[in-house]
Amino acid sequence: MTSADALSRGIESAEWKLPSRRKAALLALILTETALFSIFVAAYVFYLGKSLTGPYPKDVLELPIIATICLLSSSLTIVFAERAFEQEKYSAFKLWWFITIVLGLIFIASTAREWYRLITKQGLTISTNLFGTTFYSLVGLHASHVIVGLTLLVLVLSLSLRGYVKQRHAEHLKMVSWYWHFVDAVWVVVLTVVYIIGR
Amino acid sequence: MAVQEVALARAPEMHPSIITRLHELVVTVDHKKLGLMYIAAALFFFTVAGSMAALMRLQLVVPNNDFISPQVFNRLFTMHGTAMVFLVGMPILAGLANYLVPLMIGARDMALPRLNAFGFWMFFFGGLLLYFSYLAGAGLSGMGSAPDVGWFAYSPLTARAFSPGMSTDYWILAILLGGIGSIVTAINLIATIFCMRCKGMTLMRMPMFVWLMLIVAGMILLAMPPLSAAQIMLLLDRFLGAMFFDTQAGGSAVLWQHFFWIFGHPEVYILIMPAFAVASEIIPVFSRKPIFGYPFMVAAAIMIGFISFGVWAHHMFTVGMSSIGNTFFAVTTMLVGVPTGIKIFNWLGTMYGGKIRFELPMLFCIGFLFQFLIAGLTGIMLAAAPFDWQLSDSTFVVAHFHFVLIGGLLYTIFAAIYYWYPKAIGRMLNKKLGLWHFWLFTIGFHLTFDTMHIPGFLGMPRRIYTYDAGRGWEVFNMISTIGVALQAAAVLCLVINLLWSARKGEKAGDDPWDAWTLEWATTSPPPAYNFEVLPKVRSRRPLWDIKHPEDPDWRYE
Ligand SMILES: [Cu+2]
Repeated sequence: MTSADALSRGIESAEWKLPSRRKAALLALILTETALFSIFVAAYVFYLGKSLTGPYPKDVLELPIIATICLLSSSLTIVFAERAFEQEKYSAFKLWWFITIVLGLIFIASTAREWYRLITKQGLTISTNLFGTTFYSLVGLHASHVIVGLTLLVLVLSLSLRGYVKQRHAEHLKMVSWYWHFVDAVWVVVLTVVYIIGR
Repeated sequence: MAVQEVALARAPEMHPSIITRLHELVVTVDHKKLGLMYIAAALFFFTVAGSMAALMRLQLVVPNNDFISPQVFNRLFTMHGTAMVFLVGMPILAGLANYLVPLMIGARDMALPRLNAFGFWMFFFGGLLLYFSYLAGAGLSGMGSAPDVGWFAYSPLTARAFSPGMSTDYWILAILLGGIGSIVTAINLIATIFCMRCKGMTLMRMPMFVWLMLIVAGMILLAMPPLSAAQIMLLLDRFLGAMFFDTQAGGSAVLWQHFFWIFGHPEVYILIMPAFAVASEIIPVFSRKPIFGYPFMVAAAIMIGFISFGVWAHHMFTVGMSSIGNTFFAVTTMLVGVPTGIKIFNWLGTMYGGKIRFELPMLFCIGFLFQFLIAGLTGIMLAAAPFDWQLSDSTFVVAHFHFVLIGGLLYTIFAAIYYWYPKAIGRMLNKKLGLWHFWLFTIGFHLTFDTMHIPGFLGMPRRIYTYDAGRGWEVFNMISTIGVALQAAAVLCLVINLLWSARKGEKAGDDPWDAWTLEWATTSPPPAYNFEVLPKVRSRRPLWDIKHPEDPDWRYE
């Protein structure tokens, strides 16, 4: 150990700041998830209009306006929650966090309703045609990310209701929030590709 | 009281039982233990997959041989390729990075130790799952065994109709698990390198090894998901009747090829960058000179990382793309030669005028330089689309990428083993046995793979289980197979050396090579906490600064 000791001697302790490892790891995760989604989006775009049989997107897809409003505004409410947490207003934090969860749940419920309608009324399943194949896999991949996000949100809420969430967890909350923003951003892409361009 | 004290004092000397030690391995989150576990597991899979290659060479030693049936042969080359890439190359790089990066940047562990352990076990059970297919691949339909669709699993071979049973599903799931393990490791490496550096270790003072591992981690983040995505699509095709790669329903078999190679080409560089990383540490130390052109080396590596994502379709020249596509991918592929050339010249520049010590790590690195150069040259030949039309899917291609992966990657892995074994174990590897290893392997490697280029020119396709006499391929196949025997003997020398030296080898001391990076500043093997006092650095060669206080590097920065 002598040489390591020698290394630390004689160097003035200047400012030495490094980024947070949680943030670095989460950004890396978001980057890799982006790559994953890109491939599914590419497959969707590649197979646009290549279905041999119906139903086609323009016949059966409806613009999910309410779901979109809910999901996008949940990005706002989670920021409010974070802010309340920073100012140590814990009941406001829990309330905003709860609203975020409700908005996410509405989104998932409306996706479920949409799928139910498509499957039972329109007869579109994953094995009907290329549209069904690419639609369910892309939207499903996003929905599964929403579910993961909701699970995290619920976990945080139940922990904070029991008083386990303290100021030192501020960064943990921020990470959940970043992930949630990412899920939202992906939805904007999915919405544009599937419901606007693809229709 | 007194008795208790004696018992306590004695306790550490007692050898823990095997169960205790195994339990320790299962629950450990220590980056050094995990690193060694990665390397040990990879070496195990290496011997298995290597034996499979030997079986294939035995089958091809003479024409019209019937030692192995065509079905078994198909499984052999699939399992050999898949295992070598995902169960040997990837975990070796994860193992080296895990062991060395925290030590080199003066940290006590990786940024996310538990995630690290998770990644290892994902890879390990993924590997077991792949081999489990030999027992369970038949599935309920009773057809199929181990995967037999080739390591790139082209559609429509993987469709239910052509691949009944569960063999392809085992291939998909095993690699999905391994992929998750790799991604997790990459995330961890990035967090570690950005956030755990010791005081004074700026990005441009990091050892080249750390830089290259950072770039590899970034490439894994972007390259692994396309494969996972394509595999998820394939699973949906096989189990839920989706039509991604079902040509009869309008799907595209070529799309699989695109997705696979968007992963597959960067993957090759993910595998070769660790070779660069090792060579960039060893060549300077054994030439007694700092690395030549450090900033250019960093820039070249970043360039290679970027370009590698724009060349994938050079694996698909024979599929019938447009001539614009062919030209584009031929040009970008040749472009890779520029930064790679910079790297080779910088290594040569490091050696030029140096006081070269021909120790084992250096010997293997010099072998790497020569062989990687040849691999690069045949690579540029194959980048020319018309040339590729002639030689694609021939043994020429097989020889080319074995030059990259054995002549390049494996040689530096051997170099790394000889170089860092003393650090990890505390004892030197035996030099005499090491020389036997080097020369036997080098002669064997060149016998096998130099000759393998030629039957490719003569029209011998890869992946055929036998061939007729009288085509002029016999001699070359015979020599190729003889070379394998020498390589196997060489690997045996290494294994004996690893086991023997762990007990009987010469004591290494902290810094047996008179090296300059931080891992040599701690004891061999390092304690669980790596450094008693976290080091601070002022230059790229902190240990040089200590050993030469009259002429430290930081004076010139
Ligand atoms: Cu390539």
